Amino acid sequence: MIKKLITSIAALTVFGALSLSSVHAQSTNAMAGMAMTNAPEAAAPASTDPVPDPGGIKTGAAGDAQDAGATHFVVSAPADLSDDDKKDTNKVAAYTDAKKAADEYTAQAKLEPLAVKLADTVGHNRVAVNFMWTLVTGFLVMFMQAGFALVETGLCRAKNSSHTMAMNFMIYPMGMLGFYLCGFAFMFGGFGAIGTMGGYAGLNHEITINIAGHPFGILGWKGFLLQGAGYDTAAFALFLFQMVFMDTTATIPTGAAAERWKFSAFMIYGCAIGTIMYPVFGNWVWGGGWLAQLGTNFGLGHGHLDFAGSSVVHMQGGVIALIFAWLIGPRHGKYDKNGKLVHPILPHNIPMVMLGTFILAFGWFGFNPGSTLAGTDLRIAVIAVNTMIAGSTAALATTLYVWWFKTKKPDPSMMCNGMLAGLVAITAPCAFVSAGGAAIIGIVAGILVVEAVFFFDKIRIDDAVGAISVHGVNGCWGCLSIGLFADGTYGDGFNGVAGNVKGLFYGGGLNQFWAELIGVTTCFVTLSLLSLFVYFVVEKLVGNRVSIEVEIEGLDIPEMGVPGYSGVQMDKESETPMLKA
Amino acid sequence: MKKIEAIIKPFKLEEVKDALGEIGIEGMTVTEVKGFGRQKGHTEIYRGSEYTVDFLPKIKLEVVLPNDRVEAATAAIVKAAKTGKIGDGKIFVTTIDDSVRIRTEEKGDKAL
Repeated sequence: MIKKLITSIAALTVFGALSLSSVHAQSTNAMAGMAMTNAPEAAAPASTDPVPDPGGIKTGAAGDAQDAGATHFVVSAPADLSDDDKKDTNKVAAYTDAKKAADEYTAQAKLEPLAVKLADTVGHNRVAVNFMWTLVTGFLVMFMQAGFALVETGLCRAKNSSHTMAMNFMIYPMGMLGFYLCGFAFMFGGFGAIGTMGGYAGLNHEITINIAGHPFGILGWKGFLLQGAGYDTAAFALFLFQMVFMDTTATIPTGAAAERWKFSAFMIYGCAIGTIMYPVFGNWVWGGGWLAQLGTNFGLGHGHLDFAGSSVVHMQGGVIALIFAWLIGPRHGKYDKNGKLVHPILPHNIPMVMLGTFILAFGWFGFNPGSTLAGTDLRIAVIAVNTMIAGSTAALATTLYVWWFKTKKPDPSMMCNGMLAGLVAITAPCAFVSAGGAAIIGIVAGILVVEAVFFFDKIRIDDAVGAISVHGVNGCWGCLSIGLFADGTYGDGFNGVAGNVKGLFYGGGLNQFWAELIGVTTCFVTLSLLSLFVYFVVEKLVGNRVSIEVEIEGLDIPEMGVPGYSGVQMDKESETPMLKA
Repeated sequence: MKKIEAIIKPFKLEEVKDALGEIGIEGMTVTEVKGFGRQKGHTEIYRGSEYTVDFLPKIKLEVVLPNDRVEAATAAIVKAAKTGKIGDGKIFVTTIDDSVRIRTEEKGDKAL
């Protein structure tokens, strides 16, 4: 009782402090904005921060109009050369060319003012297409929550179905609220211009430390509670899209720790994942932080690249799953005293597992292609097909590998893990590789996941659903594969580095691979530490694991009060195996 | 009065029910059970680990009938339920002390 009181007060204090501080800091904006709808300029903060556009009426204009090759319609004058620059003949030549083009544009614009006006509409339409794309693909990824819920519940026993489903259900609002309160601000507070959606650049505060003359972005600090600089329509679209990615990470550990994790312990984890566990590494890769800066700082390719989240989403989830499954201990009766797996715990509903896998595969069409944040970036077709190919080759590779070399039967649960492994692995490289590359990445993923599943059982880490093998191991593989298979057809300008992304097999050398290796290693170390911390805090507050009596009875009634299947016997094999003396 | 308890393979239930119907026995109670006899279980593999399936699903059929019908009923069940392969099941016959039809409160053989 006391523990519950302390937990609630602590949580409320944290949330209260955050909301009060951000409301106070942005109060001038909010109040002024409400009072003066006609004069938003007067409501702007004293600094030169960009003005947010919550109404969406000032987003998208001529500056956004560009052709297929990303050549802008509006040609602006180049920045003036410094005295040093003037000594460089190349820079002077480039400046002269750019100035000439700008002057020509200005002259043409004077002759055809109607064309310039039309460009405003064209630019707005382009931005609108990108908003639509980002939001709709975000909705697809949200639907993946249902996929995860079905996969996990189907792979566990019927007596725990209500509890497993509830964890996958509650992680959606819990993660979302954490991300809304401060997670998004930490991860994207320093994101800079949201280029594909109108260029709003109000998320411009990245806490940066300087080491030996190089900037190391550490954490964002803007956009708390989507107020002030965060209350902009493009920022909101970015928030929705990124939130559903965060929730994908958040739901992964629930599978590994299923059938023995207290619901109260899970809820506290739910507070931590969206607020701090996910955003830190996320900022370093996607928020403009130091892992992204490995390219501009140290010439390591384009820095740690991760197009749609093999490391940011899946490996983060997999590492948390690993730590939690390891610390919470295996389900009772599965391993004997010597650690040998003596009693496999069978899934209670294979159709549910496979339906869930299909829902995930479908949602992945939002996950990967959506990460362009632009429906006008026609690479989306390549990304989508690469996703489809990798998932398929992985599923086939897993099935044949298990069937011919491992268990002599094509195990449906492994088929599903296989497809998901391929999808996880292609998530990072999807935009940078060819179909052949995607196929190979999928095949490797399909075999890796099988070996990983067997490995973790061998070292007595009971992963109820294969989450660590699917998301952790293949998230890592996915990122490393960029360093090998990126074929130089896409990626110019990513992380501030010119040129397309090239991996080892396409003449790009090893630099990109090193950047990826640093990234995945950082992911492993950081998330291990964060997970250890959270696990031990929760252990002190409410304890993580249910009692053996609850585990034997099944968590549905003791933890949730409602059985998953009332009056219907869904699972005759639900008994917890008892060890022989 | 005797009770016949027959443990049979689940897919044989319809055949046995029809066979009993043909000799005039219209009432029975059926439960789903698990069991094994001298036939051992078999081994399966799930995600790389072996597990043995000892218990097999069976159907237990219970019929209470007058003494003079037992032999005919037993013969009918055996004929309908037999496949010739192991696991066909068993029949047990016990004596019943009394029976009551709840609706009419008739007792004894009249209740059957």
